Amino acid sequence: MKMNQASRKPELTLSQGGVIKGKWHKNRYTIKGELGHGAIGKVYLCESNGKQAALKISEKSSSITTEVNVLKTFQKVQGHRLGPSLLDVDDWVHPKNGHSYSFYVMEYLKGKPLSFFIKSHGEEWLGIFMLQLLDDLAKLHESGWVFGDLKPDNLIVTYAPPRLRWIDVGGTTQIGRSIKEYTEFYDRGYWGMGSRKAEPSYDLFALVMVMFHLYYPNRFEKGRSPEKTLMNKLHMTPQLKKFEPCLIKALQGKYSSSKQMKRDISAVLMNQQKTDTIKKKQQTPPVKRATHQGKSTVRKPKKEHPFMEGVGIFAVVLLFYTFYLIFS
Amino acid sequence: MVLDDVFEHELLDIFLRRMANIEEELYLMKKGTLKQILLITDGCSNKGEDPSAVAALAFQQGISVNVIGVLEDEQSEQPEGLQEVEEIAMSGGGVSQIVYKQALAQTVQTVTKQAMTQTLQGVVNQELKQILGPKQSLEELPPDQRGEVMEVVEDLGETCDLEVLVLIDASASMHNKLPTVQEALIDLSVSLNARIGRNRFAIYSFPGKRKDINKVLDWSPKLDSISSVFPKLTSGGITPTGPAIKAAMYQFGKKSLLRSFRNEDESSIEEA
Ligand SMILES: Nc1ncnc2c1ncn2[C@@H]1O[C@H](COP(=O)(O)OP(=O)(O)O)[C@@H](O)[C@H]1O
Repeated sequence: MKMNQASRKPELTLSQGGVIKGKWHKNRYTIKGELGHGAIGKVYLCESNGKQAALKISEKSSSITTEVNVLKTFQKVQGHRLGPSLLDVDDWVHPKNGHSYSFYVMEYLKGKPLSFFIKSHGEEWLGIFMLQLLDDLAKLHESGWVFGDLKPDNLIVTYAPPRLRWIDVGGTTQIGRSIKEYTEFYDRGYWGMGSRKAEPSYDLFALVMVMFHLYYPNRFEKGRSPEKTLMNKLHMTPQLKKFEPCLIKALQGKYSSSKQMKRDISAVLMNQQKTDTIKKKQQTPPVKRATHQGKSTVRKPKKEHPFMEGVGIFAVVLLFYTFYLIFS
Repeated sequence: MVLDDVFEHELLDIFLRRMANIEEELYLMKKGTLKQILLITDGCSNKGEDPSAVAALAFQQGISVNVIGVLEDEQSEQPEGLQEVEEIAMSGGGVSQIVYKQALAQTVQTVTKQAMTQTLQGVVNQELKQILGPKQSLEELPPDQRGEVMEVVEDLGETCDLEVLVLIDASASMHNKLPTVQEALIDLSVSLNARIGRNRFAIYSFPGKRKDINKVLDWSPKLDSISSVFPKLTSGGITPTGPAIKAAMYQFGKKSLLRSFRNEDESSIEEA
């Protein structure tokens, strides 16, 4: 989206090999390639003193400043890496046009999009990531902030071990204020299911929409009665079925904290594992797991194990018995 | 070394005083309320004075003029008249955006909020120039201090009172876009009413049957009651954008605005 504002600076495109030198801190960054671009500027992979980092640069100085302010508060949430860590903030004066462009340098998060990861590694990761995300959200909410613009584009899975991380912090808003930035599909205001006030429940609604997006990559219309549409979709999505009661609560804003939701999601996942192990013991055929192909192939050798064990014991006993017969 | 330290200390001092000044100035503004006209149109004006000139006048009066140009989804090319959209916003100290119908809701709120930030930043810059000379601006500050100032700007954007007068082009070609406009405005009020500061909205359409603008909704804190009035708006082929902006200007803060305009003001409005 291009907005016309009073100050007009030419948009910037940096090419590989270009060097950016900070006006204030004098650090030098060599551009290695573009990582992506959004509403506010472009993000490049860069190198400084042999280390890789991500550099975001924009003609909108104030937007960069706002994002930096948020990243700074993230650094203060101790013992928890919420967003990418902030490495440098500076301006770069374009040698040709003389305009000054603001930029910041942050930790380079190398990873894969959430949907990609789940497709290649299996559905069971969905639950894990939800728990991770709920943990991070709990930390963020406790420190007085709401993420705001929670959506798949702003999430990335880094590894190993696989960890869901946040990239774009532009929507992060102090609790009690109006959400700074949002995307309609993930916004409860758009669905007529709540206000745009920054509250923990705002993020929890968006989290459910992130899960929806995994199974409806083209999203869907809200229709005449948006709430009904959501409930129907939830009911019709087999992968989300087991979480249905929690997700309904989250959509309706009935969780006032991420912790409550995490407890419920954990319970679902633990229960599921319990029933899985019971089934394993009873050696029932894995009917329900037909869709979870990754899982069932991993488990097959395990299931044969008790049998093999039996055979083994039987063989040893037989051997001893034979020896016994021979030597006695 | 010693000299450097003294120098640094002094600069810091100046900066702190400057910040205090800015905050005070902004605080005064907060009491004075941010005022915006939001013009929603799909074409070029074709009657009356130049809308850009009127927008410049409005800006002089402390009202910024934002413009949204709405495109039908099938239109592949931008109609020529929409260049005017940018010009009006530029001289009105506001923000402009041309969008397809579907993106209207999100655009309306982004434009409004961006314009608020822009106005507040303008005040900061003015203040900086006054204290540090004509070349100084927010962008010239070192990153850390810029961050502090932006925090103040954001705080004020969240807490200040806001008046938005929505001015809708109701010419024939807008007819099938009106349901979307209506939805977008309700959405705008959802966004703004999540702020801490208070809001007032008014809606006018133009041209009126006999006058320049037509009152659709008088100043009110919410926009959820507009569904009943909306379908009735549409008129003929003329688009007197300039006169409409001018008439809209007089609808702000009637108590404080120049009394001499009162008569003119009343005669250029008709009730819906
Ligand atoms: N720290 C990072 N590490 C790796 N990639 C990143 C990082 N930050 C941003 N990106 C990439 O750049 C893209 C655009 O960045 P983003 O901050 O979302 O821009 P905007 O806020 O303007 O939309 C992201 O979608 C992501 O692919």
